This record gives sequence, structure tokens and C-alpha cells, in this order.
Amino acid sequence: MIALVDYGAGNLTSVRKALTAVGAEFFTPAAPADLNGATGVIIPGVGHFGATRAITEDWRAAILASVKQRTPLLGICLGLQYLFEGSDEAPELSGLGILAGRCTLLPPRVKVPHVGWNSLSTRRRSLLLQGIRDATQVYFTHSYAAPITKAAVATTEHGVRFASAVEGDGVFGVQFHPEKSSDAGLRVLRSFVEISTSPHPQISK
Amino acid sequence: MLSKRLIACLDVRDGSVVKGVQFEDLANAGDPAALARRYNAEGIDELVILDVTATIENRRALAETLRAVSAELFIPLTVGGGIRSEADAEAALDAGADKVALNSAALADPALLTRLASRYGSQAVVVAIDAKRDGERYAVFARSGREAAAREAVEWAAEAAGRGAGEILLTSIDRDGTRAGFDCELTAAVSSAVPIPVIASGGAGTFEHFRDVFTAGQADAALAASVFHVSEHAVSELKAYLRASGIAVRL
Repeated sequence: MIALVDYGAGNLTSVRKALTAVGAEFFTPAAPADLNGATGVIIPGVGHFGATRAITEDWRAAILASVKQRTPLLGICLGLQYLFEGSDEAPELSGLGILAGRCTLLPPRVKVPHVGWNSLSTRRRSLLLQGIRDATQVYFTHSYAAPITKAAVATTEHGVRFASAVEGDGVFGVQFHPEKSSDAGLRVLRSFVEISTSPHPQISK
Repeated sequence: MLSKRLIACLDVRDGSVVKGVQFEDLANAGDPAALARRYNAEGIDELVILDVTATIENRRALAETLRAVSAELFIPLTVGGGIRSEADAEAALDAGADKVALNSAALADPALLTRLASRYGSQAVVVAIDAKRDGERYAVFARSGREAAAREAVEWAAEAAGRGAGEILLTSIDRDGTRAGFDCELTAAVSSAVPIPVIASGGAGTFEHFRDVFTAGQADAALAASVFHVSEHAVSELKAYLRASGIAVRL
């Protein structure tokens, strides 16, 4: 069972519907201890980085413990940004710090928020992006973005190039909304479900 | 590169899709879930469900229609019409909408935009502006175009963006239902004045109208209803035309 963490950052109806559509078994943990035994953890979220304040210290500790136990973790949108050290949007708060770097505001020379379909430039082979071809378009809606580090498996440009998908050591993140990205998005969610249910996932040739 | 978006609007009344001609003379044009499926297969980028009579008749958005449409579609879905309060927005989002569009309620209580944005994020909050040319300016109307709101469209758009709206759905009352083309001057005036995306609406009739609103009109997205409803393959053919015209679209 995949744990879908609901910390009040937006409405999770669409994520639930998409997970149901790909056949995922999932639940919403009521307490940090409920993450024990989850086969995967999803941190969704939209809106302001300040919303992550609701992820209290006990939840943070439980999420980090599950990562240490090699339980696959997927951050979606704000959830991807939360994998990093923090964001300029709420500098007083810390992200999980699993990935190095901070999230910054997109430049004012383009429309912000970045809303709509934009293309993924894939950088290297990825478990999460299996079957997703280079230049596939997916749906974004965000104002802050993550830096391109060695964790980036795809980048996207809107005023600046940023990390649109990250991956490393069982930790995954997408800046776009797979639950709103039609067939390509469902493919990504299905891959995470497979990663979560397979003990030793391999990148298919 | 960010694609220009094509958005199909389903004007819904009592669970059926109707099309509006200058907000009057409604004629039935189909089942919302069936139309939504067809649009998705054709590659539409988003859907808007507008409960066209909700504001007038004081009815709430149709949760059952939303559930039916969102159950199998995984593209953004906006609902408008009759969203008057945080409770209305919550009901729409819980039923499967990703965004709510506010028009009359935002004019009456602009702080509602801020409250919804802080609760759900700006990406979920669309301000719908119905504007009519008034000399050199654009007058805003409430209640489905029936009531002058004593606001100017460019100023109201800027205020709404500042209060937390994430997108603007801008409808030209003069062009709505005429198929004479989008009001590119209105769209450009608003789009150049706000940092957030602008969806142009009202007047779509030909492929060239879409090209024009994405170029001269500086629109980020274009919304249409009847032009998509009446012809099969309209969406895919329009996208091919736009790409050939040098406009980025999702194919």
C-alpha cells in the first residue's frame, strides 16, 4: 500500500482519481507511524511552500526514516520542491534536504505562474520516466522551481531551465502534475506504483 | 517551450451541454461526459464546465456532472458558474474540479480570491471577467453580462492578480457567440498588464482567429465552445494549423 500524505496543501481528489485509474492501492496515513510498512510514499501538494509547515517534525522524521529504509518516495509539484533544502518562497522553513539546492522564483520576463503544457527534456535513463519519450509534454502549474543538479532526470524551460523530474536512491520527484498530464502522466504514476511494489526495480532496456 | 492552450468550454444547464449566443437563446448540444471524452481523444488541453444558469437562478455547480467528467479524464478541469463562497469552491474541488472560476462573487467580494488562494493555492483560482467595449475602455459586467459592475477590465484584472488569482478567463461580451473573432485588443490590453496567464474567450469562428489571438492578442490560452462542438476533428486540425503557423501547441 502506498501512503498518500495529506498535509492540507490543496485538494487531493485528482491525485486519488489518477492513482485509482492506474490500479494503485493507497491510503492516507493518519499518523506518522502509519508510514511504517507502506510500500511507497507520495508527498503531493500545490500552492505556497509555506504549506509544508503543516508537515510537523514527527512527520518529517517518519518520512526520512522511510527513505532510509529504502521505501520509494515520490514528491509531486510542491512535494518535489520539499525534497530540496528549501525554497525562497518561505526561507524560514526547511525542506527535507534529501536533495542539494534551493528552489527559486521563475524570472519575471515570462508569465508566472508557469501554467500549461510544456516539454520534458530527458537527460538520462530513469526508472520513473520509463516509456516517456524526450519532448513529451506534461502539465505544469507553479511559480518556484528546483535547480538542475545531478538528481535531475528531466529539465524544462520557462524563462529559465529547471529540474522537472528528479531521481536518485529511491527518491523521485516531478514538478509537473502527472494526475493532470493525460496518458503520459498516468504512465509516470504507473511506473512509481511498479517501483513501489517491485523489490528490485530495473530500468527496462 | 510552453504551449499555447486550447480549452473547450462546456456550457452546462441541468446536466446537458448548451451553447450560448451572446448569453441568450440556449440550444442543446450534448451530454457533457460524452463530449469531454471526445475532446480528450482529440487532444484538447483543458476543459471548462460552466454552469451557465447557476448565477442567474442561484444554483450551485453541478457536482454530478463534475464527477462524471473527472472520473476518466486526466487533464485540467475548471468549473465556473455559481461559485459564490469557499463552501461552493470546496464542493466543486471535492467533486473533481482542479480550478474554480469566480466572476460575480469576486466582484462582490474581491477578498474571496485571496481566501481561496491561501487555502487551495493560486493555481486553483481563476477570475472570470466579462468585458464590453465602452469607448477606449472595457467595462466589466456581472451576472452573466446582465449587470454593469462599475469596474474597468484591465484594472480589475490587475487587482485580481494581486489578490491571488492564478489565471484570468477573459470573455468579450461583444464577440461572444458571433464567430467574428476574438477581441485581440481587449486580450492584449489585459495580457500585457498582468503577470499571470490570460485565457481569451468569445468570438472564435475560424482557425485564423485562434492564430490571431495567440499572436496579436498575446493570449496564453484560447477557449471556445460551439466551434469545437459542431465539427469532428476540429481540435486536432486546429492544432496542426497553429503549429504550421509557428505557434507552439501540444500535439
